[in-house]
Amino acid sequence: MMTPSKTYVRFDWLIIFIYLALVIVGWLNIYSASLSDNAQGFFDFSQIYGKQMIWMGLSVVLIIFVLALEAKFYENYASIIYIASVLSLAGLFIFGKTIAGATAWYDLGGFSIQPSEFAKAATALALSKYVSDIQTNLKDFKDQLAALILLAIPVILILLQPDPGSVLIYAAFIFPLYREGLHGVYLFVGVGAAVLFVATLAFGGIWTAAGVTLIAAFQFYRKRKARVNIFNYITVIGVCLLFIFSVSYIFNNVFKQHHRDRFNIVLGKEVDSRGIGYNTNQSEIAVSNGGWLGKGWTQGTQTKGNFVPEQHTDYIFSTVGEEWGFIGSLVVVLLFVGLITRIIYRAEKQKNQFSRIYGYSVAAILFLHFFVNIGMVLGIFPTVGIPLPFISYGGSALWGFTILLFIFVKLDAVNSHY
Amino acid sequence: MRKLALLILVLLSGVLFIARLFYLQIYDASPESLTQNSAIKVVYDYPQRGYMFDRNMELLVSNQPSYDVMVVPREVKPLDTLEFCSLLKITKKEFKEILRKARIYSPRLPSVVIPQLNKADFASLSEKMYKYEGFYIQRRSLRDYQVDHSANVMGYIAEVNNAIIKENPYYQMGELIGTAGVEKQYEEVLRGVKGVKYIQRDRFNREIGPYKDGIFDTLPERGKDIQLTIDATLQKYGQELMVNKRGGIVAIEPDSGEILALITAPSYDPSLLVGRNRSKNFTKLWYDTISKPLYDRVLMGEYPPGSPFKALTALIGLQEGAIEMDDIISCTGGYHFGRRVLRCHHRGPVAMVSGIARSCNTYFCTVYKRVMDSYPTPQDGIDAWRSDLMSFGLGDYLGYDLPTGRRGNIPTSAYYNKIHKYPEHRWSSLATISNAIGQGEVLLTPIQMANFTAAIANRGYYYTPHVIKNIIGPDTIPQKFKEKQHTKVKPEYFEPVVEGMFQVYENGTASSIRVPGIEVCGKTGTAENFTRIDGKRVQLTDHSIFVAFAPKDNPKIAISVFVENGYWGSRWAGRIAGLMIEKYLKGEITRTDMEKYVLEGSLEEEYAKQYSGKPFTINR
Repeated sequence: MMTPSKTYVRFDWLIIFIYLALVIVGWLNIYSASLSDNAQGFFDFSQIYGKQMIWMGLSVVLIIFVLALEAKFYENYASIIYIASVLSLAGLFIFGKTIAGATAWYDLGGFSIQPSEFAKAATALALSKYVSDIQTNLKDFKDQLAALILLAIPVILILLQPDPGSVLIYAAFIFPLYREGLHGVYLFVGVGAAVLFVATLAFGGIWTAAGVTLIAAFQFYRKRKARVNIFNYITVIGVCLLFIFSVSYIFNNVFKQHHRDRFNIVLGKEVDSRGIGYNTNQSEIAVSNGGWLGKGWTQGTQTKGNFVPEQHTDYIFSTVGEEWGFIGSLVVVLLFVGLITRIIYRAEKQKNQFSRIYGYSVAAILFLHFFVNIGMVLGIFPTVGIPLPFISYGGSALWGFTILLFIFVKLDAVNSHY
Repeated sequence: MRKLALLILVLLSGVLFIARLFYLQIYDASPESLTQNSAIKVVYDYPQRGYMFDRNMELLVSNQPSYDVMVVPREVKPLDTLEFCSLLKITKKEFKEILRKARIYSPRLPSVVIPQLNKADFASLSEKMYKYEGFYIQRRSLRDYQVDHSANVMGYIAEVNNAIIKENPYYQMGELIGTAGVEKQYEEVLRGVKGVKYIQRDRFNREIGPYKDGIFDTLPERGKDIQLTIDATLQKYGQELMVNKRGGIVAIEPDSGEILALITAPSYDPSLLVGRNRSKNFTKLWYDTISKPLYDRVLMGEYPPGSPFKALTALIGLQEGAIEMDDIISCTGGYHFGRRVLRCHHRGPVAMVSGIARSCNTYFCTVYKRVMDSYPTPQDGIDAWRSDLMSFGLGDYLGYDLPTGRRGNIPTSAYYNKIHKYPEHRWSSLATISNAIGQGEVLLTPIQMANFTAAIANRGYYYTPHVIKNIIGPDTIPQKFKEKQHTKVKPEYFEPVVEGMFQVYENGTASSIRVPGIEVCGKTGTAENFTRIDGKRVQLTDHSIFVAFAPKDNPKIAISVFVENGYWGSRWAGRIAGLMIEKYLKGEITRTDMEKYVLEGSLEEEYAKQYSGKPFTINR
């Protein structure tokens, strides 16, 4: 029988420390990015940075609550939590508030709540519960399909809002599934499709097709003694070519112009610094301005002039880049890498499969946010509106990530080997 | 592998981001340039350009305000083009072309739309300017010339071009820079330092206060005034004397190297290069390829020096020990060598003083030959002779403080080896004998001639000639203008040559043009010269040359005068030199008849000959 005091000691303090550091860094940059002339000091709660301070304070309450619950609660009630979350997403279509074209919010008087930020934790719990079930076998197609449906329900609901950025994050679940024995071909096909997709857009369908054919021919020539069936090669090439030309077709005929633009900017095809490329261009300018040590807190010229749109939310990392320079940005990147690595490390130490799968899900979700968001700010990933965990402004996002992370901290404290 | 896939991706992304950050922030970051930052508006405050005064603090050039219409292309909002064009007095097509060029130069830096508005246009435009976003009026200061002479000394200022902007980041489109004369040489002294204000803007281009509370802002620093060594009265008088003649005058104060007058003719009124007609006038001056008013003949013209060079031959003869002052050489009307003869216009025995006074070709050819023959080979002789001449500032840039000039030509032994195809063919000292009398291969610029005259006046040294007398303020003039440059000829050898040059006036080639009451030492020169007409070498009327200094003891002025195709030395150049000396030393002219003759005399008919397309006679 475990006593509460023993549990307390086993919290992973490194994860908690990095969490605190990121939240504080976040607040400092939100302060700088949202500073305006009519602000009344640090504790002006009418200002964006003042509100963030309230979300931070309420996060402490959430953390205590999450840690106070029994670890078993999360496993036992995973399905209830999942269903509640799905209902909250579905309820948006009746009670939701539309902001910037997406019906993603519940208006609760003074503030709004975005249920999709909480759905990630709920889905992670449900998936962990399902996969860790003794009867589930990920090698079995039926079970693969069931896991897919589990993911597809929130994905479809979010896609209908529409909020394609948040949908993208559900791709993260391929990592825990792969860890638990999903055939590597899924990961391979996923990554391969992504590579072919980018190559097709960057070099055009014809050249990519020619490249794939050449590589296959070379491979066949190299292995000609092994007497591999040539039809296998032809099938693979055929599927690749089909994919390439459908990407090409979809990109040119199905995508809207603003979708095409977002890809083309990252691929360096159209440099239009005033139109669609404005955000990326301005954020790159802001980051470049930083140099080694940055311009100093609240001293960034691009930040002060509000040149980067959404700088306190999705583009917050450009403020880090401009005001804290290369050194400051390096520290933030290393904090994220450290946090995710630590979570993976702790996940592997779990005694039960449920905690491990959940830990992997947390790591993968944080990773995808980290990769897509900073990649976007640095101009190496298309513009996708998702927040940078713990740093971007926003109550729902901060709470969502806090719950996601601290459920794992609790599971880890109870279930792990030392 | 299953345990590592995510871990590896996380670490790879970390590396990718750090590399990208390094690229953006360190490697690719252009040097901290506030002017390139779209969040910063840069406003310049132009200081007054420094004035120029003559040696007696008479104002030569000051400033007048001028107004340029400027544009920052990316800030231009849609406007009523037709109305704006009519205000600017240009056509819509011209306006579009100006905007297009401005955008090519830079969308965010200002370019000039209309330069140098007059006051009336400025008044009518300035009250409507608020309607045209992206356009504004920039106040600048333009030159205001108080005199109509000395254009070649003062030089001019012009708008910077792209090449200058690339080379020197201080300058921005539409700014002015000295491009000739003192304006160019002392650009940084005269221009001062422009002030700059950095203003933080937001993304709507609204100004939201000084950038970093103005810690990078600077105040303009006024340009410093310059006092020139030029004597405005003498300069003006010289220019009047040179009307309708081509050539120039250089007057130097021997005991300081200060240039008292630097006149090239024909010249132009400096006011022509100010204001809206500047480019029209400049084009006219630039394309006048016959009289070349922009060509400074006294600095750029390389002429055969003629007989004044004999003074140097005499000095070298004495220094090299080739001749004694009293050695008598008898002249039979020419210097005979081989089957050739170099004619002389007088006969009878001459020594050094009388040789200079009468300008005897035979005497100086003999001296020159003796100098050459005192060396084992003619090559050694030429090189020793050249080294002596170079100590007088000949054969190389003099080092004065004006931005144009020529070396002249004092030939080396290598030069002669090449033209005579040595060593297949040998050459003797007689091959270079014309050098003795300042013909042949020797070429000097008029300022070099004035300079060696100053060295003779000083009996053995000179100061590098210069036009800067004082920079008003803490700056001092360069040390090199205060250092004596000693010639290789010993001071005692100068007295006989000075005496000879004095006798030129007493009973020699300039006895008809004495300056009453002043002991002048001089030397006439008459130089043959040629041109090419339809590919044929044609001889033109001789150049009239004169060098002089005065008074004989404790000289105050050394002068060289060069009149192209003026025939013999005392005809034009000698007279002009005398008048200049008298004007400078006495302040008034005694021989008004001679003054009138020079002022009214014209050589335009002479200059027209070679362009007439008809056969013509010379030296008449």
